[in-house]
Amino acid sequence: MNLLNVDSISKTFTIHILSGKIIEGFKDVSFTVPRGTALGISGPSGSGKSSVLKCIYGSYLTTRGDIWYESPRFGRLNLTRSPLRTINQIREMEIGYITQFLKVIPRVSALDIVSAPLMEAGAFRKAARSAAGDLLEQLGIPQRLFEAYPATFSGGEQQRVNIARAIIKAPHLLILDEPTACLDADTTSVVLDILLALRKKGTTMIGIFHQPEILARFSDAIYRMKTDSDRGTIQ
Amino acid sequence: MTPVLSVRNLFRIFGTACSRCFDGNDEICGNKCPWCGAIVACKNISFDLYPEEVLGIVGESGSGKSTLLKILYFEEEPTSGEMFIHLTKRNACFPGEAFMGSVDAANVLSLNSYQKRLFRNHYMGMVYQNPFLGLRMHISAGGNIAEKLFMAGFRNIAKIRERAIYLLEKTEVPGNRLDESPASFSGGMQQRVQIAKALSNVPMLLFLDEPTTGLDLSVQARVLDLIKSLQKEMRLATIVVSHDLGIIRHLTTRTMVMKDGEIVEAGLTDQVLEDPQHPFTQLLVCSTL
Repeated sequence: MNLLNVDSISKTFTIHILSGKIIEGFKDVSFTVPRGTALGISGPSGSGKSSVLKCIYGSYLTTRGDIWYESPRFGRLNLTRSPLRTINQIREMEIGYITQFLKVIPRVSALDIVSAPLMEAGAFRKAARSAAGDLLEQLGIPQRLFEAYPATFSGGEQQRVNIARAIIKAPHLLILDEPTACLDADTTSVVLDILLALRKKGTTMIGIFHQPEILARFSDAIYRMKTDSDRGTIQ
Repeated sequence: MTPVLSVRNLFRIFGTACSRCFDGNDEICGNKCPWCGAIVACKNISFDLYPEEVLGIVGESGSGKSTLLKILYFEEEPTSGEMFIHLTKRNACFPGEAFMGSVDAANVLSLNSYQKRLFRNHYMGMVYQNPFLGLRMHISAGGNIAEKLFMAGFRNIAKIRERAIYLLEKTEVPGNRLDESPASFSGGMQQRVQIAKALSNVPMLLFLDEPTTGLDLSVQARVLDLIKSLQKEMRLATIVVSHDLGIIRHLTTRTMVMKDGEIVEAGLTDQVLEDPQHPFTQLLVCSTL
């Protein structure tokens, strides 16, 4: 069964500062993601890969087309037309999103950032923090940094905090926008192992990776975006 | 889920309004009605606020955001419009619960001023940009909080004092300054006393009007963290008015953009900031440093 069914979506931006100039983000993107599988998205920069993910997550409004999502809580939903409140709840409970950049909440320790999603879901502080610590350790963040603010971390460390925060609750759908962009080869491999283990446990994933070998390891199927606006293909 | 607060077709017009002020047609450029010269500060505002939700309102000065908040807090009479509040049962230690049962599902803007005052004292909290509006500067910090608790039906002085100390400690105001007047406090401390006062009755609705504008950066950060953690802990439905997009991004899940008294755009906060649709919002987002 398909968890996600993206049905010919397009995105255009109307830039009013340029007197209403219309810029095309991407056009006619369609794919399906069966439950428990990982779809990789590839394509040159500027082809709209990140925009597709943002449309799914709801950070961008989809100009045309439908995004059908099978929610365990709300049933089958068109994400482009769901009430904001529902999207918010789905984000809290079911969908994880990792970007290239950690949007850190300033002045909150790494351990608190990572354990927050668990505590919001009702876990006890102690249990949540210990689970968060385990995950950070697995990702190679030294214990002495647990209480420090991630805003002061190196790029790679921030990225790992970002990943930990998104996967700690084992989301239903995980959206990954180059999560390994600034990681070294070893850490990348650790992250991939964690992602693959999550997938085995049933998390459906859709992700962008720049290095082809990582994309190949991650994906069950690959969707190729095209810049010249012809239809992309699933391989 | 029923919203805690529903606002429908709210207008606030300064000056003698003509019928065309209400039409909301696009010929009106700015917020001055070209036919009668009245200022339309809030134009046909409708929205819902859900339990535990934090809603942001952004817009430039003069866009009507503070007027809207004042109407919601019963400080300003709207020209027309309706506002509904759905009450949920709270802790039994809060007096006055019985009285309020009767106003559920009624347009609270049509209550008389006594009822409005009761309602505000029992169910609302407000933090102003200027602490002089929210505090009595020459009454002790504890007295300020006690006043609000007293209005909310508390009568046991020992309990009031205990709660005032608890709240001041929560907001990181040293408990030993309970008996000093806020006039001798720094701006950041005054703001924290204001927050303690606003939260003292465990409001169902918390209104924040530019809560950290004018504070220096480190104090602003602490006040914001404080608001955020208390909002989460007490599960308050909150409206934050600000022109600072950073604060909006930090605190809110949903945002409305106001211009010339109208809501020109509303959506999830990250969507409004990353994919703004209205020309004004695009300009606003582009103007962030």
